[in-house]
Formats: sequence, structure tokens, C-alpha cells
Amino acid sequence: MADISQQLKEQVLQARDSGHKLNIVGGGTKAFMGREADTDAGTLNVGEHTGIVDYHPVELVLTVRAGTPLSEIEATLAEEGQCLHFEPPHFGGASTIGGTLACNLSGPGRPWAGSVRDQVLGIRLLNGKAEHLRFGGQVMKNVAGYDVSRLQAGALGTLGVITEISMKVMPKPAASLTLVQEMGMDEVIHYMNSRAAEPKPITAACWVDGKVYLRLAGAKSGVEATAEKWSGEVMEQGDKFWQEVQDFHHEFFAGNDVPLWRFSVGSTAAMPKLEGNWFIDWAGSQRWFRGAGELKDLEPAARTAGGQVSLFRGGDRAGEVMHHQPEALKGIQRRIKNAFDPDNIFNPGRLYSWL
Amino acid sequence: MTTKPKVSKAELAEQFRAFIDPNYVITDDETMKPYECDGMSMYCEMPLLVVLPETVEQVQRVMRICNENAVPVVARGAGTGLSAGAMPNKEGVVLSLAKFNRIVEIDPLARTARLQPGVRNLAISEEAAQYGLYYGPDPSSQIACTIGGNVAENSGGVHCLKYGLTVHNILSVEMVTAEGDVVTVGSDGLDSCGMDLLALMTGSEGLLGVVTEVKVKLLPKPEVAQVVMAGFDDVQKGGDAVGGIISHGIIPGGLEMMDGHAIIAADDFAQAGYPRDAKALLLCEVDGTEEEVHEHIAEAEEVFRKLGATSVRTSQSEEERALLWKGRKSAFPAVGRISPDYYCMDGTIPRREIAYVLTEMEKMSEEFGLRVANVFHAGDGNLHPLILFDANVPGEFERTEAFGSRILEMCVEVGGCITGEHGVGVEKIRQMAVQFNDEELQQFHDVKAAFDPAGILNPGKGVPALRFCQEYRSLEHKQHTHEHTEAAHG
Repeated sequence: MADISQQLKEQVLQARDSGHKLNIVGGGTKAFMGREADTDAGTLNVGEHTGIVDYHPVELVLTVRAGTPLSEIEATLAEEGQCLHFEPPHFGGASTIGGTLACNLSGPGRPWAGSVRDQVLGIRLLNGKAEHLRFGGQVMKNVAGYDVSRLQAGALGTLGVITEISMKVMPKPAASLTLVQEMGMDEVIHYMNSRAAEPKPITAACWVDGKVYLRLAGAKSGVEATAEKWSGEVMEQGDKFWQEVQDFHHEFFAGNDVPLWRFSVGSTAAMPKLEGNWFIDWAGSQRWFRGAGELKDLEPAARTAGGQVSLFRGGDRAGEVMHHQPEALKGIQRRIKNAFDPDNIFNPGRLYSWL
Repeated sequence: MTTKPKVSKAELAEQFRAFIDPNYVITDDETMKPYECDGMSMYCEMPLLVVLPETVEQVQRVMRICNENAVPVVARGAGTGLSAGAMPNKEGVVLSLAKFNRIVEIDPLARTARLQPGVRNLAISEEAAQYGLYYGPDPSSQIACTIGGNVAENSGGVHCLKYGLTVHNILSVEMVTAEGDVVTVGSDGLDSCGMDLLALMTGSEGLLGVVTEVKVKLLPKPEVAQVVMAGFDDVQKGGDAVGGIISHGIIPGGLEMMDGHAIIAADDFAQAGYPRDAKALLLCEVDGTEEEVHEHIAEAEEVFRKLGATSVRTSQSEEERALLWKGRKSAFPAVGRISPDYYCMDGTIPRREIAYVLTEMEKMSEEFGLRVANVFHAGDGNLHPLILFDANVPGEFERTEAFGSRILEMCVEVGGCITGEHGVGVEKIRQMAVQFNDEELQQFHDVKAAFDPAGILNPGKGVPALRFCQEYRSLEHKQHTHEHTEAAHG
């Protein structure tokens, strides 16, 4: 538990003065994400910038230094019957909250509970000029100034060093239960979306290996009444199943030989016709694909499905790993990068080759 | 900041009339008059001209012409904003999106709606109702305000504690950039690759682009909703009950609070049967499945009683629920009846500070000689103090503004912010210097320049020029700033 922000600031200043680049590292568990890191760049270690700065259970608000491990945060919240509602994936015990936001990683409950980006209320950020800035705040509603806090979600640290995060936390649901049944991939998209359109306490919906899994959570009476009305068998150890999905421990994700692609698409879009295996999550909005191929070959399928594709793990990370951006948006993003990091110090080339 | 426009009013109008129906390129004062202000009518300015395009291509051409000629552009929806964000620029164009009023598509299975920016907020839910769906954010202006404006302001409403703000309820935005390009940020997926430009656009008050289409998420309409009303004989107990209910594990669909002045004004108006001797009143709505609501209502009643409620009443029918809400929903006009004018503020504070802030506000009320009534979104800590004044009394509006500034500064002191949902616009631009330092404000200016290099989009709003900030901080932000923080938290 330490505040090393001054040290981080000095390192950024040094890099700026000497013209060096910096790779930002927290727990070091997500080195596999994004494009390959610049091997000439130095390392800025945020992993020791840890500790809970402020936590008021009554406010449902937590302020924490960015290097704090998720496990530590979750243990603190659990003492008060609260949790990180967006169910962040843990890539081992060292995954930090800062890295989770920078990568915009959220678990199976995301369509209902919101993403890490949705729960963020404010941040502190070290920009490329080594200015330690504060955006947003600790309150639920705040429209003063641009939403620089949520802008960081998915930016992979290219806009600065997130040093502190204030976020909304939620009470743990009183009860939860998982229904499972066999279903083909052709029917499941319609089925999951129809269930999601009902006013019932559904909080997760995924499909893998010919089975559809729906999670119900909330007040015990509501969960049980819905389970009686809906088809499917109550799964033993349902929570364990979802934890495996959340942490990429499900066997679908095992092994590194075949690249893992992430399709973020319209929830009702027809399944793309591609050679490989699918894991459908988020009631159809997030579809994991394991198959060989190149980004440019998969992009048309993602576009047809109303969304985007990115290479999540494995494959060729020397080329682009994120869906192609149109010229006008490239221009805007380059200028935003320049606005935060004019000397291009942070995570060069990690998000796009051109950024 | 913009430089002097390179083109005269007549030349500009002529250029626009080449591709827009000449009836919708407005240049005469009489027809332009309704555009001189938005819902914040104390701030007025006549524009150079008003233009109402009807296609995206026309919007692009307007933007290109204005960009080339350094002409400011103020985009406008229904003009219901409460921070003068749509107040015209006297050397600029008002770009009204009123003709973009079509619901393009509702997809009931995907639970989405594609909308032109001029579609009214309430019209979305009305149209979606046939599928058992509705649109979550419900600002109190929802009968008139438009979805384009909601994106610009990141609008909330009564239900955002549970269902989120605009930023949580949209999938993508098509916009025209300052340079006239059409881009889509976001997608049909729940998130997109790279930095979150959709979040950046939401709440950017028309400073980064002109929204020409919005895709929103729709929610299934809850099976049941019931409201518990709880009265308290002091503000502290009422404030504590707000945190009490939430930390108990119940996230209400809506959790609203009124102070003693508002209770009486609202009850006189709506005859809702509010406890008129109460000093604080909470309306707590629980929604969900029948079983869930039944369970949570019983728990909520118990929590309120334990925390010292002097009266607890639960709606037993839809009629009773509507009646209990009627007082809350008509609270602003009800307060309007007891005063010639009122000024609605919009700060957010941590919930634990509710009682402290309300008590301090009462003291300030005496100091400034102006009454204040409070009706607000307690669940989010979003205050809406209504300062009662008479614009016909010389100096009274100025005193009201000064009182309002003090309230906003107090919000920042206790860890909150100067605006929860109304936006900064012109109205709160000076207080930005209290919430942010110069480096942070400069970062905002740099973000703006990334989208709008020539600075033509809604100039002079949202983010103050740094040269004014130092002055404001030293003049207005006096000794009182840190006293409370030390006393309360030291």
C-alpha cells in the first residue's frame, strides 16, 4: 500500500526530457493483449502504486490506486456485501484495476450490470507532460468537462498513466441460479435475445458446446419464480461455471495454438460463416472465435454483424490487432493522442501501428 | 477560440440557400427571436442567422462553409437545456436539428432504436411501448427534449441510479465533424476497439461534433413498480435513510427527496397526501418482477421505520403510485406558484453530505435573504435547489446568482461537482475554475482542438478560457472554501 505517484511523475518527466518511450505495466498479466510492446521502450511500473484511498459502502463508491490488485479490492468489498458488478477477468492474482480499465475488460454480466467503463466515475491521470490531472469525481452524476475518465477504457494506456480510479460498486445479489439446456447455434441467438427482452432478473447469457446457460440473480423470490417459468435445468455449481467464463478458464479458451478473436457485434446478428469454434456471450453481443486467419479477412464478417473484431490473444501481433478505423476517425484519434501525449511516450504502437 | 468570421451575413445566407430550402435559412429578427435562448432564459443572444437543414449532407455542407469561414455554429435540439448551452453566438449560425425528427427503426428483439437527433425523449418510450420496451433516461423535460440534446448533455432523470445516464444507454452516434466529415462512433456491439470516443462525445455540449443519428438501447418494462413514501421530522434522518436503503442492498428505480418547503408547495398543488409537518420526504420506487418488488418493498418499509421515519406509506395501486409521484413531478411548477421566479441549480454531492449541505443552504438562505426549496434525486446525490426570487426587484437576480455560485462551490468542497445533469454551458462556466485547475482545463481545450481545430463549435461554452479563471478563483473563491472540509473531515 503505497502512493508512488511522485516517483511515476518523475519517470515520465525523465522520459520526456531524454526522448525515451515507456511501456506502462501494472500486474503484468495482460502483456498478451494489443500489439507487441515496443522493445526499445523502458518500463513504467504502476504495480506498486496500490491501496484503497477511500471507500464508503453507503455511497457505493470506491476510490483506489490503479496498481491495486482486483483480488484485494474484491476482498474489501466482500466484507461489506458488495462487489465489482462488471465481473472483471482475473488473469491470475496480480491483475490490477488500472489495467482492467485500460483494456476495458468486463465479464459475463456486462449487458445488464454494465462494463468497467460504465462504473467509472473519475480518474487521476498522468499525461505525457507529466501533469497529474483529475477528471470526473466520486459522485454518480457529473457532467462538468469532457468524460476523459471513460475515454481511457480500451485506450490501452496510450493516452497516459491512470493512477487512481473512482468507481461505482454494487451490493452482491442476494441469490443466483443458472439454467442450462441443449440448443443449437442456429436457434440460440434468437433464444437469448428473447429472454433478455423479458422483464426478468437475467444477469448473464452464454452459449458453448451446444448448451445455453442463463443466469438469474437478485431477490431470492424473483429468481426462483423466474426459474420455474423458464425452461432449462438448474445447474449444480452455476457460480463456478460463470467464474470460469469470467476468468477465461473455460476449456474453450485453453491453449495458445489457435488465435482467439473477439467479435463485438449486434446481439441479434446472424452467426458469421467462418471455419472455427464459437463461444457466444453477452446474449449475442460478444462472440469469441477460435480460428486461423487474418484480421482483414474477418473484418467483413464483423461489419456485416454491425460491429468490430479484434485479435484478443495469440496470432500475429506485429500487424494490426484492432478493427480498421476509417480515415476521419484516425485523424481524430491521432490528434487526441497528441493532446494527451505530445511526445508519444506511452505504449507506442500498442493499440494501432499508427498511434 | 474563433477568429473573426470571413464572410458577411448576406453572403452566408446566400451560400446556404443554394442547397437548403430558402424558407429554412432564417435571417430576420422576428423569426429568429425564439432561438435567442434555451430553457435558461436569463441568458439571451440573437444569432447571425438560423438554418434548419433536413439531410446529413446539408449539415456537412453547412459545417464546411462555416469551418472555412470561421463562423461559429451552435447546434440546437428542442432548446430545453438549463445551462444556456444552446444560447446563440452573435456572430454565428444556429444549426437546428428540428427537422431530423424521425424514429428510423425499432428492433424489438435486439432492444434497440435508431433515431434521428430531433426525436423527443418521451416519443422513444411511447413508440417502444408496443413491444414492452422503454428508453431508460427520463429527464424531467422528457416531453419536449430531444435525444440529440440528451447526448450533448448526458441527460439523466429520476431513474438513473438503477438504469444509468445517457452514456450507459446508447450504442452509437453518427456525427458530422467540424470539418464536415460524417463519422460513426460506437457500433451495434456493446463496445468498440480503442479509446472510448462515444463516452467522450456524450456530455460534450455540442463542442465536439453535430450528432445526426443515435442508436439507443431499450429496456424491458418492469412487471411491477411500487413506491414507498417516508416522512422524517429532521433532514439528517432523511439524509441517512437515503444511504440506509442503498447500503441495505436495494437499488431503487427512483429515490427522490423533498425538503419541508417543497413538501408543502407540492402538496398544496397536487394534494398527494404528503405529511405536511415533515422536514424531509423520501419517495422510493422499487421495480422488477412481482416477487422481487414484494420482497424489497417490505424490506424498504422496515429500513425506513428503523431509521426514524415518522410516517411510511406504500402505494397499493397504480393510481396511488401516480398520485404520490404527481407531487414530485409537479414540484417545480408548484414552487413556481409561491414565487414570481425561481432559479433551478444542479450540483451533485456524496449522499452522506445531504443533511450537512441542506442545513448549510438554509443558513445561506438567511444570509442572502432569499428562500430556497429542495427537490432532488437523492439516490444520486443530485441536488436541484430552487432559489426563489423576483426578477422585478432590482439586484435580486444578481443576488440569486451569487447564492447559486455559493451552493455550487459548496458541492465541490464536500467532494461533489458543479453540475450533475444540466451541463456547464454559459451558466456554470465560471465555476469550472473551482472544480478544475488550469492544467486540467487546458487538457479539455486540447481535446476540443482535436475535434475542432478552428474552434467553431459552440465557442465560449463548457470550458472557460484560462485567462478568466485566475481572476474568478481569487475574487469569488474566498476563505470559506476550506473551512468546511477541515471541520467536517479533518
